[in-house]
Amino acid sequence: MVVSFVCAAALGNMQSLSDAVLEGASGAVDLSISLLGMLCLWGGIMNVAQESGFTVIISRILSPLFKVVFKNVKKESPAAQAISMNFAANLLGLGNAATPLGLEAMKRLQLENRNKSSATDDMAVFVLMNSAAMRIIPTTVAALRSKYGSASPMEIMPATWICTAASLFVGITVSKLLGRFFRRPERETP
Amino acid sequence: MRTAGAYAIPAVMVMIVVFAVFKKVSVFEAFTKGAKSGAVTAFEILPSLVGLVVAVSMLKESGALELLVKALSPVATFFGIEKSVIPLALLNPISGGGSLSMYESLLKSVGPDSYAGRVASVMMGSTETTFYAVTVYYGSVGIRRTRQTIPAAVCADITSYIVSSHIVKLFFGV
Repeated sequence: MVVSFVCAAALGNMQSLSDAVLEGASGAVDLSISLLGMLCLWGGIMNVAQESGFTVIISRILSPLFKVVFKNVKKESPAAQAISMNFAANLLGLGNAATPLGLEAMKRLQLENRNKSSATDDMAVFVLMNSAAMRIIPTTVAALRSKYGSASPMEIMPATWICTAASLFVGITVSKLLGRFFRRPERETP
Repeated sequence: MRTAGAYAIPAVMVMIVVFAVFKKVSVFEAFTKGAKSGAVTAFEILPSLVGLVVAVSMLKESGALELLVKALSPVATFFGIEKSVIPLALLNPISGGGSLSMYESLLKSVGPDSYAGRVASVMMGSTETTFYAVTVYYGSVGIRRTRQTIPAAVCADITSYIVSSHIVKLFFGV
């Protein structure tokens, strides 16, 4: 905001800056109202999936994948289970469930971490997984596309999958490579 | 390619509901419960959305972002990144609500089925608010040294920007 103010003053945009404040506030309300319907619908459907145990089955299917990516997470450990659930929730676009499950997974990873102030390699990979949007159906994007009159709001899906996979692959590879250069003390240094 | 996308939502919905009925879950009850939490989320994000959208529209109107975009666009062009999505690419890792509103205004101005509209859609669909995730996840367990996380996450984001521009060209043409 300070940057905006200085730039606006320097470039002589102050009037449009003050208009932007007012328009921005009402624009935010419009945006969240248009997302309300989608959030309700998918919140409901995903809760059905959770209560029926659908998401648990998916997490079981995913566990072999994690063996490759996570170095120190043991199979069937509490951390592995929480990671699987978070992964499944992410895939299904369950943002609400993914974050609480992800924080639970971090807590369990932290239990096995000997240096409590420094991240482990597995934590870095896990956070990367959550900063890439690994969802099957990009609901928010599709909702906005159809709102602005797209002939086929979902047509971008295959492209999105490939893009996410590429980004995640690069992220995890870089993390594995750089992990060696970012040394971490075994114990916390006061 | 287009029809495959159209099948996805109904297919997933039917699959989940049929499975739930098979497992004897009271589907509608579970649905309304989840829908309610969805509604709560929508209102919960409103305050931060107002703050972020105002800050972002100020940034846009002040001309600050344009200066940054001008500085970075030769680099982006070199990698074949579509020029009109660069502001979005810069904002996306920092602010989820802000980039969402910028994405929306981009759709409004160029249309969702244009080249830039599709690139922006793929980009938005394949990256999350990186710095938000890093802050929340590490913050929750009190980790201060994130080591290789930020450099790796930035590489991942840049990959997504480059790939999205090229893959849309490949799938849909310009």
